[in-house]
Amino acid sequence: MALLELTDLRKSFTSPDGTRQLVIQIPQFSLDAKEMVALYGPSGTGKTTFLHLIAGILAADSGHIAVAGKSMMGASEADRDRNRAAHIGYIFQTFNLLQGFTARENVRLGMAFGGSVDNARADDLLRRVGLGHRLDYFPRQLSTGQQQRVAVARALANRPQLVLADEPTGNLDTVNSREVLELIRNACTETGAALLLVSHDPGILGSFKRSESLADLNHASQLRSDPPE
Amino acid sequence: MILPLLIRRSLRQHALSTSVTALTVALAVGLLMSVWMVKKQSHDTFTGQAGGWDAVLGARGSKLQLVLNAIFHLEASPGNVSWDDYLTLQSNRAVSTALPLAIGDNYRGFRLVGTLTNLPSVAEFGRSRHLELETGGRWFEDGYREAVVGSFAARKLGLKPGDEFHPYHGLNFDARNEHTEKYLVVGIARPSNTPMDRVIWIPLAGLQNMSGHDPSTVSDISAVLVKLRSPIAGQQLDVLYNRQGNRLTFAWPIAREVAYLFDRFGWVDRILTLIAWLVALVAAGSILASIYNSMSARRRELAILRALGARRSTVFSAIVAEAAAVALIGLLPGYAFYFGIIGTASAIIRAQTGVVLDPLALDPVLLWAPAALVGLSGLAGVVPAVKAYQVDVSGGLAPES
Repeated sequence: MALLELTDLRKSFTSPDGTRQLVIQIPQFSLDAKEMVALYGPSGTGKTTFLHLIAGILAADSGHIAVAGKSMMGASEADRDRNRAAHIGYIFQTFNLLQGFTARENVRLGMAFGGSVDNARADDLLRRVGLGHRLDYFPRQLSTGQQQRVAVARALANRPQLVLADEPTGNLDTVNSREVLELIRNACTETGAALLLVSHDPGILGSFKRSESLADLNHASQLRSDPPE
Repeated sequence: MILPLLIRRSLRQHALSTSVTALTVALAVGLLMSVWMVKKQSHDTFTGQAGGWDAVLGARGSKLQLVLNAIFHLEASPGNVSWDDYLTLQSNRAVSTALPLAIGDNYRGFRLVGTLTNLPSVAEFGRSRHLELETGGRWFEDGYREAVVGSFAARKLGLKPGDEFHPYHGLNFDARNEHTEKYLVVGIARPSNTPMDRVIWIPLAGLQNMSGHDPSTVSDISAVLVKLRSPIAGQQLDVLYNRQGNRLTFAWPIAREVAYLFDRFGWVDRILTLIAWLVALVAAGSILASIYNSMSARRRELAILRALGARRSTVFSAIVAEAAAVALIGLLPGYAFYFGIIGTASAIIRAQTGVVLDPLALDPVLLWAPAALVGLSGLAGVVPAVKAYQVDVSGGLAPES
């Protein structure tokens, strides 16, 4: 059974003029456990919305999504939050670290909502991403590359089965991009997590065995002229 | 476990507004407790300050004035009572003890009270305690110009056994009205924490015969302190002096007269309490405003927490708890405010009346007022918490332009 399965997924938003605008219409998509897939597509094809639907941050209008056998459809928002905290790690393009918390605390927060906080594991994860000497640094005291490493450690904190990475190297220079990408892949390999990574970078896309064009997957983007992102 | 961390960090991030709002909470809780305690303690202390006496007999006039003059050593006497009236009262079977007082002179603002030598055995305070003297002193004797000085008066005047002084005529100090008689201090009374601490006791005849006093009233007294054999006796004497007679006033029971005084000034309590609650509302309002105003800046932070799996109820609770935590921070300085205010009020009341309030006394208000402030602050946190509850996660995570 696939780790991530979705069929007939539809999501629409209300536009400023009051009309409903279909943003996502994906007939079928799946991802196996431990599989690593790159997703690409031009702006406006609904990449972030797609990841938010998988993570349960957004609720789909219709269709079926299941992560690790748990259906996100029909689940209450609290259940979706719980599933996300327990099974999904999320890496953002803009890192989205909490500025008032140290690197160590940011990673602990990644554990807090899905289970118990394991301080030793949080420190170990930071050491594994090369930040053993920056445990008590605040995000503003870290370089952008280091901040994304903290975000990677946080995404893996709860031993997720699926890691969603939304253009994780978009704000990094070439060297840092390569290092962070390797870090994510290695970490997923070590922990046995599947990876769904969104990127525009042809170099990154070429390094994945499987890459998918969201423009091809998403039938809604073929109908729309106004990008939602 | 995560909630305390979220709250602590948020408070630290908004340290300035946290400090200011915590101080307003401190002021509010300090004021609330002080107003309550000063009101309660002064009421209890004044109404329980009868010195073991049940009633006061004095010249026709206000009962309250009579009580204030004879018990609290405040106000002027409404007039004189003849020695015969004293003897008549003393011989009444309803009376167990009658102690005459003569009042009308002072020494540098502290009243001289002439009375009998059995004062220490009949005057009481607290739980049937009697006036005692500091080591090395003795009580005055009839027929001698001797004085026993109350503890507070002795401290303020710097008097000690062996010192001599000239009394001044009248209740208010005027250097031009010095009497020629010289009195010897023979004892200093131990603190009783009652108005008796502000008095200089001398023999009754000494005050009656002081130079310059009207010779025609030499045997008159200012008031008689009375202990009754039973409460019914009080009713009988009340009828005898207040309804059937028209020359004298019988103030009974003393506590009721003092209670009337507090009732008369009850509006002051109510205004002070209202002010304290208004300050509490302002404190809660400032907590609401400071957290609410920070919500726009915290939208992204809340969205991140939600993306990490925090439920709406978690972020809601965090904001409410943060508001309550600001109040909790304000409690410690609030107690400091309280001790400062009640300490000052206590010193003023003691200096003016001799009545001592206990700043360290325990009372439920010391628990419920802080709890009410924390609750009120938590309630104020509900408004920004609703805003946090409604944060759009997807929108909040969008890259900032």
